[in-house]
Amino acid sequence: MSKLGKWSRRGFIAGGVVVGGGLVIGVALRQGDRRGDVISSVTTDGDELLNIWVKINEAGEITAIVPHSEMGQGAQTALAQMLADEMDAKWSDVGFEEAPATDDYANWALGKGFILGDAAVPEVLVPTVDGAFYQVAKAMRLQITGGSASVRTTGVHGMRVAGAAAREMLIKAAAGKWQVAESELTASESVISHTASGRTATYAELASAAALFTPSPTPKLKDVADFKIMGKYVQRHDIPSKVDGSAQFGIDAQVPGMQYAAIKAAPVFGSAVASVDSSKAEQRAGVTQVVNLGNAVAVVASGYWLAEQALKDVDVKWTATSNDRVNTESLREQFRKDITDAATNGTSESDVELGNYAEAFAAAERVLEATYEVPFLAHACMEPMNATASVNGDMCEVWVGAQNPMGFRYEVAAALELDPENVTVHQHFMGGGFGRRSIADSAIQAAMIAREVGTPVKLIWSRAEDMQHDIYRPGVASKFRAAVAADGQVLAWDNVYHEKHEPAEAPVIPYAIAAQHIHYTDSPTHLPFGPWRSVDHSQHGFFTEAFFDEVAEAAGEDPYQLRRKLLADKPRHLKVLDLAAEKAGWGEPVAQGKGRGISLQESFGSLVAQVVDVTLTDGKIGVDRVVCAVDAGFAVSPDGFVAQMESGISYGLSAALYGEISVENGAVQQTAFHDYPVVRMQDSPVIETHILNSGETIGGAGEPGTPGIAPALANAIYQATGTRVRKLPVSQYDFNYRVEEQEELI
Amino acid sequence: MITFTVNGSQQSLDIDPSTPLLWAIRENLQLTGTKFGCGVAQCGACTVHLNGQPVRSCVTPIAAAQGALVTTIEGLESAEGDLHPVQDAWIAEQVPQCGYCQSGQIMSAVALLEQNANPDDAAINSAMSGNICRCGMYGRIRKAIKRAAGESVVGVFDPKANNPQEASNV
Ligand code: FES
Ligand code: FES
Repeated sequence: MSKLGKWSRRGFIAGGVVVGGGLVIGVALRQGDRRGDVISSVTTDGDELLNIWVKINEAGEITAIVPHSEMGQGAQTALAQMLADEMDAKWSDVGFEEAPATDDYANWALGKGFILGDAAVPEVLVPTVDGAFYQVAKAMRLQITGGSASVRTTGVHGMRVAGAAAREMLIKAAAGKWQVAESELTASESVISHTASGRTATYAELASAAALFTPSPTPKLKDVADFKIMGKYVQRHDIPSKVDGSAQFGIDAQVPGMQYAAIKAAPVFGSAVASVDSSKAEQRAGVTQVVNLGNAVAVVASGYWLAEQALKDVDVKWTATSNDRVNTESLREQFRKDITDAATNGTSESDVELGNYAEAFAAAERVLEATYEVPFLAHACMEPMNATASVNGDMCEVWVGAQNPMGFRYEVAAALELDPENVTVHQHFMGGGFGRRSIADSAIQAAMIAREVGTPVKLIWSRAEDMQHDIYRPGVASKFRAAVAADGQVLAWDNVYHEKHEPAEAPVIPYAIAAQHIHYTDSPTHLPFGPWRSVDHSQHGFFTEAFFDEVAEAAGEDPYQLRRKLLADKPRHLKVLDLAAEKAGWGEPVAQGKGRGISLQESFGSLVAQVVDVTLTDGKIGVDRVVCAVDAGFAVSPDGFVAQMESGISYGLSAALYGEISVENGAVQQTAFHDYPVVRMQDSPVIETHILNSGETIGGAGEPGTPGIAPALANAIYQATGTRVRKLPVSQYDFNYRVEEQEELI
Repeated sequence: MITFTVNGSQQSLDIDPSTPLLWAIRENLQLTGTKFGCGVAQCGACTVHLNGQPVRSCVTPIAAAQGALVTTIEGLESAEGDLHPVQDAWIAEQVPQCGYCQSGQIMSAVALLEQNANPDDAAINSAMSGNICRCGMYGRIRKAIKRAAGESVVGVFDPKANNPQEASNV
């Protein structure tokens, strides 16, 4: 609680009466030195400026206002649980609204407020913002990471405080009304009771009176033992609308007078339209206009299918670029060369330098060496990129599902040279985000096309466009060396890689190895990159945890036991690892043709251990079961948390088994799910999740499941086949043949 | 002019007969519960029933629907507005994450259970293999199908789509 107390003093909390009676409580968070800004804003513009958290109306409906976008993670329900529990509200009275991206004030309060301590803009996002909006972008991080950040920041620091403050005000109101001491009152299920006299009053009855008090900035929060709604099974609020077809995704926006657009962007990033012949397309029935956006061509028609058909008739020539000869192999060579050169020339930069690693390698009995590689990956959200826009003079409206609606607004405004005040973003559900919907490219295109044609336009990317114009998880190479003593002791760990983004600690290992050198260099490419579920952990989780098993083998140890040995001073890690091993039956004999692999990964404040079981059949790997143990401090909404683990694991498994974006003549080759396969029902393993509530600071849920599946899978495959999978995806291996160790031992 | 019945109500559309059923449903009839995921019959997000059979509406020309009965996710509930037992099972198992694939998943599952009241894992795999869920909710989908099968109510439930009304045009 000490952390929270510290935060509260730097925060800002206010309450008041809302129109029509009722109570509203808001909390704005900000860095210590921004107090002046917030207060002056509030006093000039009233409570609209607050980032409002909770409203109670006179009908007794309690609404949590949640500043996070729904992309499947269900965080909104968890946040409402945190608020309701601290309030002692009746769960069925509680609903939520998404904070409006149209409300400047709420968003500027977010921008100014939601910056906790040392939160920094992930490097991959910096290009999407420019100077003046840097602070806003900082706040975007918290929206962007969605499931991984919403509960542990907004929930812990905002929802619980607002709920507890509201409860105190309602108790004060009842005490005043009945002229009794506050200590004689109890709150439960949206009712305040005075046991001695038998009097009761509902929150609805007390709301207006409660609103006259000033909320405490440091209300007393509940102890875990007193939680009634947090940590309990509740059904997610958003699910009913997702089973009857009524949920409104960005692609479902309907605007009067709307036309439809299909688009083709330059196949090679950096290329532009050299010439365009649209005469044939424009003759088609229903086609109104062909729009040249400079680096893309769009056809606007009365229906999407007409637009898509006509697009095939547009003859576009693209300018040549210096990237026209880049292909997958040239990129791989570049990456391998760049990391080797950096290590040899000493030009790399260090994440970790520990002990005398040079000496340790010299003294080693065995030096183990291996290079690991992962390919570029697309997000392949189920809902292809799309946006609907309308431009009227200097006003613009956009209907879209965005991971950072606020950032979209500024990006659209900048692209169209409009005042951000005049740009409204209507936020919708997202058919998958995974990082992809933090980038406003399709929204900007829609707005530009709408301005050109003078009517509202719904732009939908084809699946091929979505595959070929993603912001990719970069392809990465990572080279390891490990020094092992004659007695099996692991003396040193050396790792050089490229593509250093976020989170900075992703390549760091938790193991007690005395000498370590973890370092990196640059190896830029022309492919745009961006956050992909778990960001840098998505590659380093595979690299470090798969190579660790090679080290264990060289040391003559069981991979689980060596992890235990080198985590002796990390009890929290050990507990998670032990739980997964125990539940999966680690140590029991594994039949011929089967394999069992383990991994451990800490990311976004959560610890996840996974044990994967595989079966080899006719040279193909089938994944039978994944046992996952996770410690995220406290799982506020346990079933939603488990669903997030299942989802993160499945997403990582698709990438590990099949995911590869390839490049030919500078252009991405994949067009749909035949050449970018993903896990389907028949190859989906049983996933068992075991939650450990350690009571430590709450960690994330949306991303931490993803990094650990690939290494555990690779480790299981080794046992089943004798082949070390050092390069993803797994689908490129033919396990009818055992691939001998190529790069072992010096 | 193509005339067909969608969720029990008769519709006539004067559009290019090669237009995929998906876009006629979404744009002309404004029933947006049916989703576009790939446009090439690889993901199942666009699944609807055509005369009771599950089809990928993104590659089914509207001409194929002439005189047919089409059921979309919006037509699964009963005339009284009760959710279909498969939809209830989806809520009970808390299946959806982002939810975008789920209309298609539910339409495939309903078609499966109408033909096979008690599908085993292999039957579920083969009926559902064309429906991708990028949020990876396959385990929950499997459980929800088994739950709905266990309650043995799919066969007796009467979706409103099965009760064609007299002509009502758009
Ligand atoms: S949209 Fe029809 S199968 Fe994907
Ligand atoms: S729930 Fe998101 S794709 Fe299935």
